[in-house]
Amino acid sequence: MLEQLTNGLAIGGIYALVALGYTMVYGVLKLINFAHGDLFTLGAYLGMTLLVSFGLAGYLPPLAALLVMLLMVMGLVAVSGYLLERVAYRPLRRSDRLAAVVSALGASIFLQNAIMLFYGPNYETYPDLLSVTASLTLFGVSIPVMRLVMFLASVLLMLVLYLFINRTRTGTAIRAVAADQGAARLMGIDVNRIIALVFMIGPALGGAAGVLLGLYYGNISFNMGTMYGLKAFIAAIIGGIGNIPGAMLGGLLLGVLEALGAAYISPVWKDAIAFLVLILILIFRPTGLLGERVAEKI
Amino acid sequence: MIRRAAHQLRRYRARSVLGPERYVFLAEWRNPPRSGPSGLGLSVGLSLALVTMLLTLPSVLGLYWTDLVNDMMIYAVLALSLNVILGHCGLFHMGHAAFYAVGAYTTAILATRFDVPILLTLPLAGALAGLFALLVARPIIHLRGDYLLVVTIGIVEIVNIALKSNIFGLTGGANGLLILNPISIFGHEIVSPVDFYYFILLILAVTILLFYLAQNSRFGRALNYIKQDELAAESTGVNTAHYKLAAFVLGAVWAGMLGTVFAAKIETVSPGSFSYAQSVLLFAIVILGGPGSITGVLLGAFLIISLPEIFRDLQNYRMLVFGAAMVAMMIFRPQGLMPPGRRRYKVGQFLGRFPAGAALRRNKQLEGADPTALTDPADLPSLADLANGEGKGR
Amino acid sequence: MDRLPNVPVLTLAGLYKRFGGLVAVNNVSFTVPQGAIIGLIGPNGAGKTTVFNLITGNYKPDQGAVLFEGRDIAGLKPHCVVELGVARTFQNIRLFQGMSALENVLAGRHCRMKSGVISSMFRLPGQRREEKQALERAMKELAFVGLEKQYDNLARNLSYGNQRLLEVARALATDPRLLILDEPAGGMNDQETQDLVHLIRAIRDLGISVLLIEHDMSLVMKICDNLVVLEYGAVIATGSPAEIRRNPKVIEAYLGTDSEAAEAASGGRA
Repeated sequence: MLEQLTNGLAIGGIYALVALGYTMVYGVLKLINFAHGDLFTLGAYLGMTLLVSFGLAGYLPPLAALLVMLLMVMGLVAVSGYLLERVAYRPLRRSDRLAAVVSALGASIFLQNAIMLFYGPNYETYPDLLSVTASLTLFGVSIPVMRLVMFLASVLLMLVLYLFINRTRTGTAIRAVAADQGAARLMGIDVNRIIALVFMIGPALGGAAGVLLGLYYGNISFNMGTMYGLKAFIAAIIGGIGNIPGAMLGGLLLGVLEALGAAYISPVWKDAIAFLVLILILIFRPTGLLGERVAEKI
Repeated sequence: MIRRAAHQLRRYRARSVLGPERYVFLAEWRNPPRSGPSGLGLSVGLSLALVTMLLTLPSVLGLYWTDLVNDMMIYAVLALSLNVILGHCGLFHMGHAAFYAVGAYTTAILATRFDVPILLTLPLAGALAGLFALLVARPIIHLRGDYLLVVTIGIVEIVNIALKSNIFGLTGGANGLLILNPISIFGHEIVSPVDFYYFILLILAVTILLFYLAQNSRFGRALNYIKQDELAAESTGVNTAHYKLAAFVLGAVWAGMLGTVFAAKIETVSPGSFSYAQSVLLFAIVILGGPGSITGVLLGAFLIISLPEIFRDLQNYRMLVFGAAMVAMMIFRPQGLMPPGRRRYKVGQFLGRFPAGAALRRNKQLEGADPTALTDPADLPSLADLANGEGKGR
Repeated sequence: MDRLPNVPVLTLAGLYKRFGGLVAVNNVSFTVPQGAIIGLIGPNGAGKTTVFNLITGNYKPDQGAVLFEGRDIAGLKPHCVVELGVARTFQNIRLFQGMSALENVLAGRHCRMKSGVISSMFRLPGQRREEKQALERAMKELAFVGLEKQYDNLARNLSYGNQRLLEVARALATDPRLLILDEPAGGMNDQETQDLVHLIRAIRDLGISVLLIEHDMSLVMKICDNLVVLEYGAVIATGSPAEIRRNPKVIEAYLGTDSEAAEAASGGRA
């Protein structure tokens, strides 16, 4: 049981990190950024390249290497996110929602296939940076170090984001744009800059999640972003889309539910659990756990 | 102030006596009434040429290409059925492969376990897919655009997992089911690509005709009203929940029947054929071709299914180009390559039959003579004047 | 349907609706007699449109009843309310912008038609007859509001005033016995407003009762038989236009709250 719980929290941390990107983009643009899951994949692959091809692990002690790599991956994926927004979303700012959603899908297909063409269609093995098998005994329970690192890393990143959004001027500007773009513009906020920033922060977190996942499972594939992306988006809906603490809560909750479901119901049905939870949430509490009800203006 | 208002009012009235131009209707009618729906209005010669070409196509193409055309036509019919939901009704539905799967597996199970003739399973497959759509769509039909999108992806994923896990011991797990008995029509077995060509062509033709008629009707209009403005549709008397469900069920019935055709053609049904990726492909056909447009969807099916085969060398780049094309299309031509044309109505006989604005004019004449007409507001003190002191004005 | 002359078309009884902490409609009661033109007025944000939405089923009241010809319709879905005979227009025009004027009016006919998918797919005789009748009726309504010539134009290409008229035509096509107009003169020029007065009277002459929200006081005072004044979600006065003008509470509501409304009340135009 505790075994499943820690596993669930570790994976849940990944979902939560990816969900933050969805929820922030949805908050400011009301758009599902379908390509976000593939930026997550990109992060995982870039991390692998840095570790293996550039031999990052050779020069530095494991934890330092992890830290340096994470920062580099986050920077690179943030740039990709920025480019994505410029090319695929900004021209569609004023179009209807279907056009933006289709563009997002197209971008997702493009990225996924670009990764496949570059790295090949097979599973790639991730370098064993932190000796995945090592475990720590806490209160008589043995917990793999990797799970602890993953959970702590994701919580730390979320905390930084939370403080950034709530305590800084730029964070306030982001919230203002999410609440009312027109009014934010009138208040002198450069809306384009803020949206670009959101498209850098979200993917940066997603890229970091990709690296953590690669380390955790030991292998990655070019199309894993679809499923992780969908689940992270579901996590964002569960928490209440547009709501940052909600995305964290939703991600962790979904991770735990899945781990428990896989253990006690059936591992085959694991992937279905997220969608079942989603349908139940949308039927009984469409605004998510932390979302607020908004009456439609007629 | 009052005097000014009264003056203005008199001016307006003078103008209304002259009658605003809008109500002076002359019989002059520049646009001659259009006759008949023009969408099918190909000239007879052209249609004959087209029919001849379609009927002789397999002998020109050879087996390999005929088979490809068969695939394309299956996708075309599937995309047309998705078009009802996505194109006409504007519902972001990305789980169409689920309905298709229900149909294909209905046929496969009935044919392998119970030896039911394939053709007999066709209506059953359609009915079961429709029923399935009704059951799953009912609780989610009220969801807004992108939420619906994610939930329908969920449906296709759940169906896929169910099929893989050999649900109820019926679906054969990841390997699927092998169908050995072919379709038989009056003793003639449909086996070769050429047989299938004519069989699928017939289905495509019937589909186009029926969907064309359905879209140019009260039903088709209702779906369009919902797509344009759901709240306005509901508030003008369209039972939006009912019609959204109807769109889902109609699309699913068709997809289910195509599942039968697919199962018979490919002889094996396995979960891989009904994945999320398949749903995305169908979605893209409709969106790129022109949502709501039959010709557009046919073009979309041709481009997305056939072109990659024609340029086989580039097959690795197929999906890459496809993704980039989706982005580019949305930026430069979001309505699709061939957006739907306007519906045409035979209104010529009604034009000028109703005296334009007659009721208004009669009313105006009455007003001129009628002393019981309501008191002119300019004669009454206004609220502001009242507040300033008993309505004496300034 | 037999209509008893003394049953009001619409009776609101103790209507109450809150959004979160805000009481938008507080114990609102009034009646619309048959054949009457009733105006619902009040400062901005007084809850007028919310009252409309409660009548037409767009919102569900927390308490109270909406009696249409004696039958409680509160909480029914909007399309059911339309079917019973209540049609509406919107404050911020909600036409099917990408469709022709004719098709917009046909939308109103929808609820009086029966043909479904099957009869359309096979063009059964009943379907063809029904379609023809609907077209005829739609053209008649377009002619009635003076838009016959524009039948093939897209709604979005019509002028603002004509879009409002088109909404009225669409509503009339549903065979309503009560027509609810939300700021019908909003955005119209003086000439169009003047024509609107005639149109609304012509609609009443057809036997259709009218309930309207309007900020243009000269229009309201001119055509309404009775007025209901709303402030902070509650009815503060009812009576004939002349009575309302003299009502001190109304004057205070307009002058005491915001100057824009006061100007509207003085007959000026916003």
